Amino acid sequence: MVIEGGLLMLTCRQATQLLSERLDRPLLFLEQTNLQIHLLACRSCRRYGKQVKTLSQLSKEFKNFDEGK
Amino acid sequence: MSAEPANRDEGILQQLQSPAFLIDLRQQMLKFAILQLSSFQLAEDAVQEALASAYQHIDSFTGRAAFKTWVFAILKNKIIDLIRQKSRLMTMSELFNDEESELSIDALFDASGHWHKYEAPQAWPSPEEMLEQQDFWIIFNACLNHLPAKYAQVFMLREMIELSSDEICEKLGITVTNLNVLMYRSRTRLRECLENKWLLKEDCSC
Repeated sequence: MVIEGGLLMLTCRQATQLLSERLDRPLLFLEQTNLQIHLLACRSCRRYGKQVKTLSQLSKEFKNFDEGK
Repeated sequence: MSAEPANRDEGILQQLQSPAFLIDLRQQMLKFAILQLSSFQLAEDAVQEALASAYQHIDSFTGRAAFKTWVFAILKNKIIDLIRQKSRLMTMSELFNDEESELSIDALFDASGHWHKYEAPQAWPSPEEMLEQQDFWIIFNACLNHLPAKYAQVFMLREMIELSSDEICEKLGITVTNLNVLMYRSRTRLRECLENKWLLKEDCSC
């Protein structure tokens, strides 16, 4: 996702997409800045960011899963 | 001092002689491989080769990792080899012929792009606490299976097989933008499924 222009208030939808993309690529400086500003004001997106990172960590453990045995 | 490793080895050998253990292990490996390779035949070959290679090199198994972890590491390498040999896994139209999943992401946000009140992410316990739950992987597995197969495959290539974005794009013949969208939808749906199916249930007492 490319967000053009200068500083702007992202929507949650844009912010969550950037939170996903930053696990696959380094964000541009402006994307990073806009994201940080949004996160300061938005608890839901802070949670989303933490949780998709958790998903990524857990996935790497997935192949060890034991099906409760 | 050498008694402990010897006992551990005997434990593994005993496990390997148990048909129930082997059948169960083979099933889990097959399931993992089928999702990655989307071909039963290829998956069966990969599992067979991984098991054969594990038997051949059983001496190099140090017992530091769980036996299953070790065998799955071998399987993962076999799958990566096979994926690298295949020129393309699926076509663009196969990947994107799935309007329903676009809709379900839209449904999470209101018209101005902000979280709907009841869709906003809730607080989760720490990853360590999540892993302590016995049925965590069963739910995780169920949520992964709940994704459209193509999304699950892209998610697993990236997060479990740990291929780079560039490598996935090359294999699937898609652009980085396409991959980013697929990963965003997969993560968002998986996150939502885990929260609904498991984490919220825990909170119901209050």
